Amino acid sequence: MTDLARSGPARTDPGGAASGRTGAAGRRPPRPHWLLLLPALALIGVVLLLPLAQSFLRSVGAPDLTDEHYRSLFTDGVTMRVLLRTAKTALLVTVIAFALGYPYAYVMTRVGPRMRAVLLVIVLVPFWTSVMARNFAWILILQRGGPVDQFFGLFGLDVVLYGTVTGVAIAMSQVLLPFMVLPLFSALSGIDRRLLLAARGLGSSPVVAFWKIYWPLSRAGVTAGLILVFTLSLGFYVTPALLGTPQESLIAQLLAQRTTQLLDFQGAGALGVLVLAVTLALVVWANRIGGTVSAIGVVATTGTKEQR
Amino acid sequence: MSATSTSTAVPPVAPVASRAGTQIRLSDVVKDYGLAVPAVDGVSLTIEPGEFMTLLGPSGSGKTTTLNLIAGFETLTSGRISLDGDDVSTLPPHKRDLGMLFQNYALFPHMTVAQNVAYPLRERKVPKAEIRRRVAEVLELVQLPGRDDDVPSQLSGGQQQRVALARAIVFGPKALLLDEPLGALDRNLRGALQAEIQRIHREVGSTFVFVTHDQEEAMSLSDRIALFNNGRIEQVGTPETLYKAPETLFTAGFLGDSTVFELAQAPGSEITWGDRRWAVAPHTVSERARAAEATALVVRPEDVHIAQRDDAVPPGVNVVPATVTDVHYLGSYRSVALALGTGDGAVLGQARLDAAETQLAVGQSVQAWWRVERQRVVSR
Repeated sequence: MTDLARSGPARTDPGGAASGRTGAAGRRPPRPHWLLLLPALALIGVVLLLPLAQSFLRSVGAPDLTDEHYRSLFTDGVTMRVLLRTAKTALLVTVIAFALGYPYAYVMTRVGPRMRAVLLVIVLVPFWTSVMARNFAWILILQRGGPVDQFFGLFGLDVVLYGTVTGVAIAMSQVLLPFMVLPLFSALSGIDRRLLLAARGLGSSPVVAFWKIYWPLSRAGVTAGLILVFTLSLGFYVTPALLGTPQESLIAQLLAQRTTQLLDFQGAGALGVLVLAVTLALVVWANRIGGTVSAIGVVATTGTKEQR
Repeated sequence: MSATSTSTAVPPVAPVASRAGTQIRLSDVVKDYGLAVPAVDGVSLTIEPGEFMTLLGPSGSGKTTTLNLIAGFETLTSGRISLDGDDVSTLPPHKRDLGMLFQNYALFPHMTVAQNVAYPLRERKVPKAEIRRRVAEVLELVQLPGRDDDVPSQLSGGQQQRVALARAIVFGPKALLLDEPLGALDRNLRGALQAEIQRIHREVGSTFVFVTHDQEEAMSLSDRIALFNNGRIEQVGTPETLYKAPETLFTAGFLGDSTVFELAQAPGSEITWGDRRWAVAPHTVSERARAAEATALVVRPEDVHIAQRDDAVPPGVNVVPATVTDVHYLGSYRSVALALGTGDGAVLGQARLDAAETQLAVGQSVQAWWRVERQRVVSR
């Protein structure tokens, strides 16, 4: 150590941390905290980006480039119908989740901390129960002779939602509700309620104060919730597969069918890329109209500023 | 009930400086949240047109709740609030036509400065051209011209409060309610904005109701102060009355410093404190003290004089032997801390000496004296 210190110039002296820092002031070495991202980036690269690139290359028929797989999506008569049905279902799910989620999130911001914790647990319970258990429970609820059928039977109606798109949408809404409630709660709890008082004092009725002040300030959360639920619904597989029927299949079922039964990897790749493109376009659009969206639904409430 | 029969439309817009001011009358106002004591416990107060009235008091004294009751943000448990004789007790806030300034400014973050200021005018369906004219006029008044298109977060705290002030007066409200509007600002800014508020009060001529816990702020701004304590009004009066002629020990203690001698008996022509006998001038005994069982004699520090020799005490004044416990040089004067009286009965007090006066030593025995007409007997 003493030998090194004596022989080496001060700048490269491994023991002279202070002198080393002044010498490197102009050109900083890469900061080591980026290394913390390495495992996650490696994982994403291997299990997501690599297969994605592979599917894309297959879908364009590499090495001989072709667009036939993409063209057949629009011409085979099935894909477009399923895509439209999927979009409609996703829309229905999103509307249901929003209609339930907004008032729910609002109440969460208005109750005491203990009640809020209870409400949070209730909304998170679907997260903590097994996907299979949840979906089979919905089969029992919606099937012929189940509680829903029995209830409507009292009015002489025969309502069997099992095997219908409506049944699928109801079950999906329950599963996806947290993705609506959490970003909404995050956005709504960031709104200063004194702004509403200010609006009241300046001449707004409660309804107008809500509409002109509260609603615009909650838009970032609303957009985040809508987009999360909609995009997740687009690719939902388990619930439609268990509760729906092959005759009314959704896009995820079509994808599964093409890869596992028909072994049409090129066609499935093209379909996958199309769905991905639609989803990304939606996210970009949503980012533009309201706030910042992240995958777990954390909303930067300050994003409202950029709306102007 | 005449107030509740008005139409659902918001009131018409008055020019910024047209109203001479509105009289606000509170009669036996009570707000009870069901806690041990009501937050506001029987407050009656008449605020005259164009007056700058400050609701002063420690936190939890009911001053902010009272302001919220006037604004309509809280509902009355009992009592009555009227504006220019019209009962508004049950009127919702958006129909009361009062401007409000909040401590945290409460500017709408998703709107520009101009949109914020235009908000109350848009709610009153004022024509666009008129809105533009008035917004420019009022931003000029608060000395913030040309910042129309900024969003609130781009402004400093003082500028934000100016915008909030502009927004609160642009529609010519019947009165302006100010809820500790300077509390979030640093000292220098506070002084500047105090002057600003005072100037605008003069120019607009509207009734201002100002809530603060800062006695200096209250003293320098107000025409009158209503001092709150435990949900009740302790005393109402001009800053000078409250300082010079407090009714109660609370008032004397809340506004300024004083030396307090607790008295064991109701004051007659003279009072005794320990072995001291002091003369009393009848007009220095407060109304409340005449009826009270427990009283106290208070003297302001600037009225306490110090004699280093017994023969230096002028005749006809009240005297008490004292010991100097501390001396601070504060530039324009010397603050002297004293233990007045002897033994266990000594009380701590203060005197203010001319900075040029002979120096006193800590521990020195002196005679403290004050003129009979400068003392005040209050209830406690």
